[in-house]
Amino acid sequence: MTTTGPTAAIVAKKHPVDDLLRADRLPHILCPGCGIGTTMHCYLEALVESGVHVDKHVCVSGIGCSGRTAGYVKVDSYHSTHGRALPFALGIAVYRPELTVTVISGDGDLSSIGGNHLIHAARRNVNMTVICINNFNYGMTGGQAGPTTPMTAKSGTTPYGVADKPFNLPHLVNAVGANFVARWSVLHARQLKDSILRGMRKPGFAFIEVLSPCPTGFGRPNDVGEGIEEMLKYHRRCKWDDKARLEDVDIDMLRPDSPVIVGNFVDRDRPAFCPATGAPPASPTGATEESTKERAAMKDAH
Amino acid sequence: MTKTHRKSDQPKNKPLRTPMDLSYAKVPQGQVYVIPERCKECRFCVEFCPQGMLTLSTEINAKGYHYPQIREGREKDCIHCGFCNLVCPEFAIYTHEIAAVDTPIQEGSHEHAVTE
Repeated sequence: MTTTGPTAAIVAKKHPVDDLLRADRLPHILCPGCGIGTTMHCYLEALVESGVHVDKHVCVSGIGCSGRTAGYVKVDSYHSTHGRALPFALGIAVYRPELTVTVISGDGDLSSIGGNHLIHAARRNVNMTVICINNFNYGMTGGQAGPTTPMTAKSGTTPYGVADKPFNLPHLVNAVGANFVARWSVLHARQLKDSILRGMRKPGFAFIEVLSPCPTGFGRPNDVGEGIEEMLKYHRRCKWDDKARLEDVDIDMLRPDSPVIVGNFVDRDRPAFCPATGAPPASPTGATEESTKERAAMKDAH
Repeated sequence: MTKTHRKSDQPKNKPLRTPMDLSYAKVPQGQVYVIPERCKECRFCVEFCPQGMLTLSTEINAKGYHYPQIREGREKDCIHCGFCNLVCPEFAIYTHEIAAVDTPIQEGSHEHAVTE
């Protein structure tokens, strides 16, 4: 450790959460001012606080900037095909119910190409936590308009402005019956961490939408500016309202007077998805303790 | 810049009531650690440090970014809240608690904690 001047901070080589990261891959490829790293950090802090052993955590990602997360965290992780993060996670959650499954993916991956999977995973109330990083565009492919891009926003595919109404993801997921629905911006890092922890501990489908700055894809063509300026927008305009009507929590980042409602919106206790028998699935060897005993008893009877 | 999620009209950083543990609570003192090679100069830590004690360096790292460092004369101001650690997207800054300051919190002592 060396200091380079009277006001320099102590220079370190290693971060406390480096044990949970593939630190040799850092610094990561994400742009300066992007919020995906913060979300990753909040996930790791929640993972540490959950008290569940790191081997019992699984991180599943789709494709896109946010899909890179699975490659940077050093837990069992799955970088799945485009839009299919939820079916992969569903398979894991059903076959190995003792695992804590977390899906970290983007708005384009989860609500556009994987939109149907999102609806049906929430309808079935599968026991998993979904962190949807919403940056209002398709970032990795160069800033095209997606299903969450606000109206009138300019992008690579909409030079005259988007004409469609964007998705209201908390309302959508609540309507099909998810157990836990929250929305935070990247600036609400502590609340985000607490929500991820609540989602991990909640049986059933937990959905957390994270509003993240995207200076390259969304900020530049729409004059929002760099990542820090979008963060200051969240600082000014976010309103914490847990009891907000979910019909009214649409986001319009481009209209200066519209508030951005954040909070833990829904917390209910519908029974979580369990395969038809209601019994836990058999172990990979095909024999549970009970079935072995039953078979032995049947043999004795014969 | 106002905190819109706070419902009252209280000025920023002013507590809504006198804390019940005011007589014996101690402010922790932290130490900031920086990993300059990872920094990409997003300025989240500098902007959102509640003590406003960080600034950008004059030197640059290998990729040409200015990394955070402590303002002159503010070395002992870190209260180990850990927000820079949590908000940094690059895992490039963190704090450690070194000691709890012996002097109890004075009413109004929070007022210097204003971010620029």
